[in-house]
Parts: sequence; C-alpha cells; structure tokens
Amino acid sequence: MSRYFKAKVTKNFPLDHKNHLLCIEPLESVVKPAPGQFFMISVSNAYDPLLKRPFSYFKKTSDGIHFLYAVRGKGTSLMKDLKHGDIIHLVGPLGNGYPKPGERSIPLLIAGGTGVASIFSLADELSQEAYFLQGAKCKDEFIMTDELKGLKSKPIMCMKCTEDGSFGGKGTVVDILKEFLASGSVHIGSCVLYACGPKGMLESIARTAHDYRIKGYVSLEENMACGFGACLGCSVKTVNGYKRVCKEGPVFPIQEIEW
Amino acid sequence: MDLTVTIGHIKFKNPVMTASGTFGYGEEYAEFVDLNKLGAVVVKGISVRPMEGNPPPRICETPCGMLNAIGLQNVGLKNFLNEKLPYLRKFDTKLIVNILGNSLNEYVTLSKSLEDAGVEGIELNVSCPNVKKGGIAFGTDKKALAKLVAKVRQSVKKALVITKLSPNVIRINEIAKIAEEAGSDALSLINTIPGMSIDIETWKPKLAHMTGGLSGPAIRPVAVRMVWEASQAVNIPVIGVGGIMNEQDAIEFFLAGATAIQVGTANFINPKATSDIVNGIEEYLKRKEIYDIKEVIGGLNAKSYNNPND
Repeated sequence: MSRYFKAKVTKNFPLDHKNHLLCIEPLESVVKPAPGQFFMISVSNAYDPLLKRPFSYFKKTSDGIHFLYAVRGKGTSLMKDLKHGDIIHLVGPLGNGYPKPGERSIPLLIAGGTGVASIFSLADELSQEAYFLQGAKCKDEFIMTDELKGLKSKPIMCMKCTEDGSFGGKGTVVDILKEFLASGSVHIGSCVLYACGPKGMLESIARTAHDYRIKGYVSLEENMACGFGACLGCSVKTVNGYKRVCKEGPVFPIQEIEW
Repeated sequence: MDLTVTIGHIKFKNPVMTASGTFGYGEEYAEFVDLNKLGAVVVKGISVRPMEGNPPPRICETPCGMLNAIGLQNVGLKNFLNEKLPYLRKFDTKLIVNILGNSLNEYVTLSKSLEDAGVEGIELNVSCPNVKKGGIAFGTDKKALAKLVAKVRQSVKKALVITKLSPNVIRINEIAKIAEEAGSDALSLINTIPGMSIDIETWKPKLAHMTGGLSGPAIRPVAVRMVWEASQAVNIPVIGVGGIMNEQDAIEFFLAGATAIQVGTANFINPKATSDIVNGIEEYLKRKEIYDIKEVIGGLNAKSYNNPND
C-alpha cells in the first residue's frame, strides 16, 4: 500500500457551469481516507502545469474515490478534460482530517463553495444530532449532488442559503449561523463547529466562534508543491508559529489560526 | 556495473543526491523511497538558531517550474542534532548538511558542530536568493566568498566542504575558481534563479516576499551550461543541480562534467524520483554497454567549441 499511486479515471462530469465531479479508481491498494483529508492529483503528465493540485476527499464507493472541483485556472481546466480510462498519479490520503466529535457534542457543519466536499466526508460518518449549513452566492453557484441529498436519512438538519436569497434562506452561512445560535434551538455549550470554505467565510466564522465562545475547527487551503510536508510551501501562521497546511493541517482549531 | 563516484576522500555508492530544501530532513520521503539506495541525502539548510521563514504565499507555479520564497525556515542546529540527525543515521547513505549564516562565525560554528556529529559533508549555502541576510552577500561578492570558504576549510578536518554556487553571476567560471582556490572539495550548482510572478486579477505579487527562486525543468539549460563552464574551469568535482526530472536529464549533467547530481523539484511531482533516477541511470548504462558511470562524466567533447562568454 503506497500513498503515491496510479489510478484510472472512471467518472468526470460537470455538475453545473463551474463545478465538476471526478471519480478515480486506484490501480493498487490505498490507505482508507479519513474525513477532512485530501489528495494531490496530477492534472498533466507533461511539465506544464508542473505541480499536482490538492483536492479534498469527498467520498469513496465501489466506483472509486470522488472529488468535487471548480474550474478556476490552468490546472482545473485540464482536469475537466480527463476522460474515462485516463491514467493519472495521486499522492494521498494526506493531512490530519477532522477530529471525531465527542458522542455528546453537537456538530455544526458549515460549508461554502467546494468546501462542501470536505464537510460532507465528515457528515457521512456521523450518526449523532448535527446541523449542516451550506451557502453560496446565488442559486447558480449552489452545489447540490445526490450524495448531499442522501444526508436526509441521518439526524442531520440541513440549512441552505444564498447571499441573494435565490435559493434557501437569504444571507451568508455566517448570517444563518448567528441566527441559529441566537435562536436558542441548541445548547451552545455542546456545539462544536467544523467549517470549510473560502478564507473570508472562515475568518467570519472564527469571529463568531470567539463571540459565542464555541470551540471548533477550520479546514484551510494554501498553494502546495509537494503536499506531504517536505517543501514548507504551504505554511500558515498560528499562535504556535508556522504550521504546514498539508501536514499539521489542513484542519486546525479555530483559535490557533492568526488571521 | 560501477555507479560509484569519489569526492575528496569519500566514495559515494552512486552519483544521485537530494537537493537541499526539497527533501526536508529525509523523514517525509521514507515511505516513498528507500533512503539506503541514495548516494547521499542533502538536507534542508540549517542555521545556528531556528528560522521561521517567510509569510505565505511562499510558492507559485510558473511555466515548467515554480518559484519559492520559503525563507530558509529550519529547526536550527540544536534541534537538528538532537532530533533529525539520529533518524538520518539509521540509513546507509552519506549525509551532507547544507548550512547558512549571517556571519563567518556562524558558518564556523555550524561546520565544527556538524563535523563533530559525524556528517560526511557540509554544503555552504552562499546563494539562497530569498532573504536579505542569510547568505546572498557572500555568494555574489568574490572576496567575501573566498574568505568564507577558506575559514570553513580551516575549521574542519574530515568533512567535505562543498560550495553551492548561485547562477546570479556574470562569470561562473571565475566564481568557481575562487571557491576552488579557497579550499572547496567540490562545488554544487546551480541554486535557484531569482524570479517573480504577478497576479493580473489582483495586481499583487504572487509571493508575499515579492521575488523567489525559480526551479524545475525551466532552469535546466541554464544549469547545464553553468555546470559545463564551471567544470571546464576547475579540477575539483562539480555536482550538478537544476531541473533534473529523470535519468535522461541526469546524464546530460554528467556529460557536461558533473561528478554527481542532485534532484530537487522533481521530488514534489514524483516522491520516488531519486530512486527512479538511480534505476534509470543503470538502465541507460546497460543500454549503452558502459559499465562505469565515470566513463560518462565529462563525456561531452567540447574541445572544438568556443565559449562566447570568455
């Protein structure tokens, strides 16, 4: 079993105008990914683009390992053109993953944009009462997959919102989170936040967590070269000095990050 | 099949080494590569005190390469000796420690401590382009370089003194000669090339530090040229580094005059690159029916060419 392995592309299709789903079947045994971990994926066998790209682990089925990605630049543009049967290289699973919530805690899962993949990987393993808040700018940008619909069978209450109100509640996930906390629907002392999404969203959540004195975790992203802790390129400033997002992270306690 | 090469009094089992800064202190690669298979492990540069490095973003991709402005983040001498060295000593490979300092005294302190700890070689970082102190003054100033190399040479008896040169000079052959005359056992070149990248949507530099060091396949022709020029100018071994991705690239450097090579950025794309290259060199020699790597070193017949830069 190696964390550097070859895989075959089994599925690669658009979910909407920007977001895509990739599924790969490893051609050798791989370590079982834990919620919150990620993989480095090669988008090209040529020297340009040179580096692999990091993507959160979404889900593993008999079809293989699934990833959600948005087409943003050179690398992801090439990724969307990968075809069924293409052979690519990956490194992973990498990173620390989300700490498992205690039995008596109430997880508040918060996802923005493609962060939903990482948060889903955690939600999928929970069997306790939990709340899943998912947000986007507008209906067009709201990612919804069959997997996410499948959460309905669990004691997880899903709340959706868009900034312009075109789908779900009106506001950002942080607005919905604050309303929810202020509503008294849950015992705040038992809540633990888990958040993954754009940096601005995570910073707002950190402020809210501080104001309500709630513990929690954020999953960060940073430019990566190696993804496995050697190059120190992905370092983030914490109260304990620089930490590697790929190794000591990507999941960090909210209060440790120096925003 | 003889892959051994000799630098100073040290015989290396093969000419493949890791490039400083790309291999951490070895541990991160142990799950991918059998470290016993490598000629040498060259670790991340060590300073006397720990250094925390630059603010992010520290890296960005560029065509066929990448820029880095890590900022020499390292655990410092004490932690290296106590935590990292014992792990590395478990493996049957030569250990070369890259060192950097702000003053001659710091280089001497590092060299002496590391020699006492038994490392086989010390690589002098005089060329890292990423911090205002940390070596750049030495590498591009001929007098300072000579003084530094001579001082380190004086302070160690057994360990190899390898001077790592910057490409940021006009005449590499002159710098190479100075480093040789001052007492280097070998030279390693090239370090990264200063570069920059700008985000056209935000109008900001892609690196927080503004500039960084360019590495990867993009720099290989520059490195091959400089290895050739340096090895023509000196009698000591030259270790070639710069964009080596596979054994074909490595052979190019041997032909240009390199006695050994270092593999750097390639490790990020293929964590097994170093051991794949050892295997690849063997395959190449078999195919060419050559049984000693030393027959390839300096194999480029350049006698009939004039160097326009002379």
